[in-house]
Amino acid sequence: MRDSNGPAMNGNGKRSFKLMIVDDSNIMRRRIERSQHFEDLQLVGTAGNGLEALELFRKTDPDVVTMDLTMPRMDGIECIGQLVALKPAVRILVISALADKATAVEAMERGANGFLNKPFTDRQLNEAIADLMR
Amino acid sequence: MLHEQELKTFVEGTTNFFEVAAQQPASIGSPYLMEGSPAVHEYTGVINISGKREGVVYFTASKAMLTVLLMKMQENDFSHETMRDLVGEVANTISGNARRDFGRDFVISVPSVLSGEKPQIPQKPGLRSFIIPINWRSHSAKLIVSLT
Repeated sequence: MRDSNGPAMNGNGKRSFKLMIVDDSNIMRRRIERSQHFEDLQLVGTAGNGLEALELFRKTDPDVVTMDLTMPRMDGIECIGQLVALKPAVRILVISALADKATAVEAMERGANGFLNKPFTDRQLNEAIADLMR
Repeated sequence: MLHEQELKTFVEGTTNFFEVAAQQPASIGSPYLMEGSPAVHEYTGVINISGKREGVVYFTASKAMLTVLLMKMQENDFSHETMRDLVGEVANTISGNARRDFGRDFVISVPSVLSGEKPQIPQKPGLRSFIIPINWRSHSAKLIVSLT
């Protein structure tokens, strides 16, 4: 069961979420950063593999993570489990080309909260993030 | 051995990629059996396949096509590294999407990229290679699927 170590409140009394983007493609990292339209979501950093993500996570303590699965050094499935162990309240959206149901189920069982297949539209991305932040 | 019916999965994945990522459909030609060494464009993304099937998936495209694709994706970095990144990402996306039909035992590698060199088609018993021609705007590209 997840604890209540959730997002902080900003000056207007609204929740403010810190975002970390994990993908081995620079293009995809920039695409996700550019396409998300949430004022209460502040990018705190990006990582190109699971090991970099763990290091950045410890430094920046994000609330929301977008996570690729097929990456060098440490893949997304392994990384999800480790992030959830560090912060059970973290919300993780998997963004992956892997389109089989078994992979989506495994990611959710490890602790992911949502799954979005590549390729995706801006609208699909924003709907998936909105679902995550509810 | 790769059956022609299974090529539909890759044709559909390629169609979907251009419709969604480039927001402009591509014309996908009929796949044909590859003989000899394939002619490739400037950039080729390579995905190695292991698990219940073995082989390689290549996506090869020209710099001109990748530049327009990046523009359609609202990207403003057109460097050599970004071209390599994109061609690998296209190969990864189409191969990963194929797991919808092939299942999770169709294991895909992280992408590697060739810049102009011809790919080495693995020599394995039962392996067949097909070329799927792609025409998008005024550009042409190929998806090469070599699977046991």
